[in-house]
Amino acid sequence: MIGELTNKYLRMDRLPHMWCPGCGHGIALGALLRAFDRVKIDKDKTVILSGIGCASRAVGYLDFSTVHTTHGRALAFATGLRLLRDDVKVIVIMGDGDALAIGGNHFIHACRRNIDITAIVLNNQIYGMTGGQSSPTTPQSRLSTTTPYGNFARAFDFCNLAIGAGATYVARATAYHASLMTELYANAIKHHGFSFVETFTQCPVNYGRRNKFPDPASMLQYMKDISVPFKVAQNMGSDELQGKIVIGELIKEKEDVELNEVVRERIMKFRGGAQ
Amino acid sequence: MSAKLVQGNEAVVYGAFNAGLKFFAGYPITPSTEIAEMCSRDLPKVGGAFIQMEDEISSIAACIGASLAGFRSMSATSGPGFSLMQENIGYAIMAEVPIVIVDVQRMGPSTGIATAPSQSDYMQVRWGTHGDHPMVSFAPFSVEECFTEAIRAFYWSEKISSVVVLLLDEVVAHMREGIDIDNVENILEVPDRGPFSEEKEGFRPYKVDRDKGAKLPPLGTGYRFNVTGLVHDEMGFPVEDPEKTGDLIRRLHNKIDAVEDEMASYDERYTEDADVIVISYGSVARSSLRAVRELRKNNVKVGFFRPITVWPFPSKRVRELSKKVKNIVVAEMSMGQMVHEVERSVGDSCQITLLQGIKGELITPDAIHNTVSEVISK
Amino acid sequence: MTKELRFAGTGGQGLILAAIIYAEAALYDGHRVLQSQSYGPESRGGASKADCIVSDTEIDYPKVYLADFLLAMSQKAFDKYKADVKKGSVVLFDSTYVEIPEKDENIIYFSAPISKTVRDKIGKELASNIAALGTISVIYPLVGEEILLKAILHRVPKATTELNKSAFNVGKKLGKEILESQGSIEFVF
Repeated sequence: MIGELTNKYLRMDRLPHMWCPGCGHGIALGALLRAFDRVKIDKDKTVILSGIGCASRAVGYLDFSTVHTTHGRALAFATGLRLLRDDVKVIVIMGDGDALAIGGNHFIHACRRNIDITAIVLNNQIYGMTGGQSSPTTPQSRLSTTTPYGNFARAFDFCNLAIGAGATYVARATAYHASLMTELYANAIKHHGFSFVETFTQCPVNYGRRNKFPDPASMLQYMKDISVPFKVAQNMGSDELQGKIVIGELIKEKEDVELNEVVRERIMKFRGGAQ
Repeated sequence: MSAKLVQGNEAVVYGAFNAGLKFFAGYPITPSTEIAEMCSRDLPKVGGAFIQMEDEISSIAACIGASLAGFRSMSATSGPGFSLMQENIGYAIMAEVPIVIVDVQRMGPSTGIATAPSQSDYMQVRWGTHGDHPMVSFAPFSVEECFTEAIRAFYWSEKISSVVVLLLDEVVAHMREGIDIDNVENILEVPDRGPFSEEKEGFRPYKVDRDKGAKLPPLGTGYRFNVTGLVHDEMGFPVEDPEKTGDLIRRLHNKIDAVEDEMASYDERYTEDADVIVISYGSVARSSLRAVRELRKNNVKVGFFRPITVWPFPSKRVRELSKKVKNIVVAEMSMGQMVHEVERSVGDSCQITLLQGIKGELITPDAIHNTVSEVISK
Repeated sequence: MTKELRFAGTGGQGLILAAIIYAEAALYDGHRVLQSQSYGPESRGGASKADCIVSDTEIDYPKVYLADFLLAMSQKAFDKYKADVKKGSVVLFDSTYVEIPEKDENIIYFSAPISKTVRDKIGKELASNIAALGTISVIYPLVGEEILLKAILHRVPKATTELNKSAFNVGKKLGKEILESQGSIEFVF
């Protein structure tokens, strides 16, 4: 099955990929291919963009119109690309440092505009490509090459930020929950408006090694242990949810007007209803 | 009687519309804001879209995105915002995406004086973004030229598939003059992109002659290539091969060199018998023109030269002129930026005197008059 | 022919609009024009100015160098710009706000209580700028009153057409009174 999908959606001549052995990004890419198949995506009518970092290299392998943009700016590129092109699906793949540190401002504003873009963040809690520096999602007290005495700052809660900024679809999965991930990606792509899926993945080389995870499997096990499905979390107190992450669909609004509709409506108004 | 009173910033928008502008993304900043306001009001009327972004970084990013989607795109800003745009100006140059950026120069460094004119972005236009790259920039000195140069900016951005900076200053941007938009002569027709090969599978947008710009079909139309700011191959995929790297960087320059003469534009008057020539651009050139006319009344043999294409600098013509005169006076609202290009063009052919304008005010005709008189009396 | 006009006063008096209207009228009249103004903090309160150059040849320097005509609607503006005028220039000041200056052989001073009259006749000072244009059309007829009124009605909101027409007429009447009391001058433009 996955062989068929890779032939269908990947640029096979670009492989092998550049991710390290044990990296979780491949699991996410696999789930994305399955989601593509589930929503019957049109390869010619989809543009996939990314920023800079390990996650962003995914676009190089995807057989679509692809744009590898500057660090943190992918959502801004995507906004311009999408605004007059109702005919294209726009998907953006970013990393945690990419989307939340250098691109944090663009991220919250994309959420607020409810433009029909699917944003997928592969959150491995570290800057992998540059060799393991702390990111805005590195947990407190954890070690990185730039927090050798432990990370002082609090980690961002990506999903709460997106909800606060007004995103109309917000969901979370981990590399352990691959089939949930597929389902969330498919629903996000189908969602009318801005959709965001945070995906916890493991970076055994630059995060696990420094933070007492002996191998990739132990990191996946950890993700499994701390994950709480959204429905279950509804009946838990904040004390109980300490140190946990909530997975599943956290927000899914149906009736919201999407930005392109507003743009189209204005154009139509001035053109007396004609296209 | 169809001439209208139009502001420089407005004329830029009229020009952009004439050139087929469909997308504007920007962030408010004095003294360029009128351009964004007018685009927000009028773009929907021509089937286009305006968006106010969260900063200038995302504004230019959105413009690049819209251009990749197939639409003529523009942003407008001033020094502080132009600084923020430098990152993605480099991207558009590397990925060869046509866009037009309007920089209305104001007093700097930093926030400087928001409403005071300046010409101190001249070198930033050329060298603001990192890496080896060429740059094209046009500088109007009247409202009508704001219109025509905006069209020319789009024309060349499409021809070379890259960034063109339309360089204004606060005086030119905010003054109003009469212009008959519908009857301006010799308007350039901005070429459509393409046609593109019907063979979409394996299409190579960067497979072009050694002195040509890339040909990028709109994304999401079946051409499944890659666009990146990394050094890339003909299909847009990252490479680090030394030969391919050298070829790409060379081609990015060659494509501008190949059209430099065609792109060159300047305004030259009273130079036939001149002993001294005043070189200036933008609003300062209007002060120069007044000074030159006054001096001519007193039989002083002084000429006037104004680059309109300010990058690449019209070196050939300046070199020729320098061989016929004893002195060149360069007047600019900075400590001296364009003067370096004049020096480079002139070599030892004649003396060069710089008149600096650093007080946040337009250099007066008197100041130029006096400088020329001093130079002559030496 | 090149004439440099300056409209000076306090921010909020609508002098930028007056200058724009004047430039537009001169343009309708077949002249070349250039209009500019001071921006920023300077344009709010204190002495703000808007300039208009009218010419029949290419306009080079875009600022008013020495004005041929100055409208001063506030004391600060008068004090600040009175020196930047040519010999033989015309200065119209609003005596509602500007004290009558000492005689100057080189300058033709015209005085009228523009703002006060507009306030009395129309009820609000808002249209004083338009009234001033009416006065100028009489005392400094570089641009004719009909074409000036056309330019006014082109720029002001439709709902205020009547108000502005009245203000313009109030201004014109003030202009005629000035000429009656101060004597008329033959201008050759």
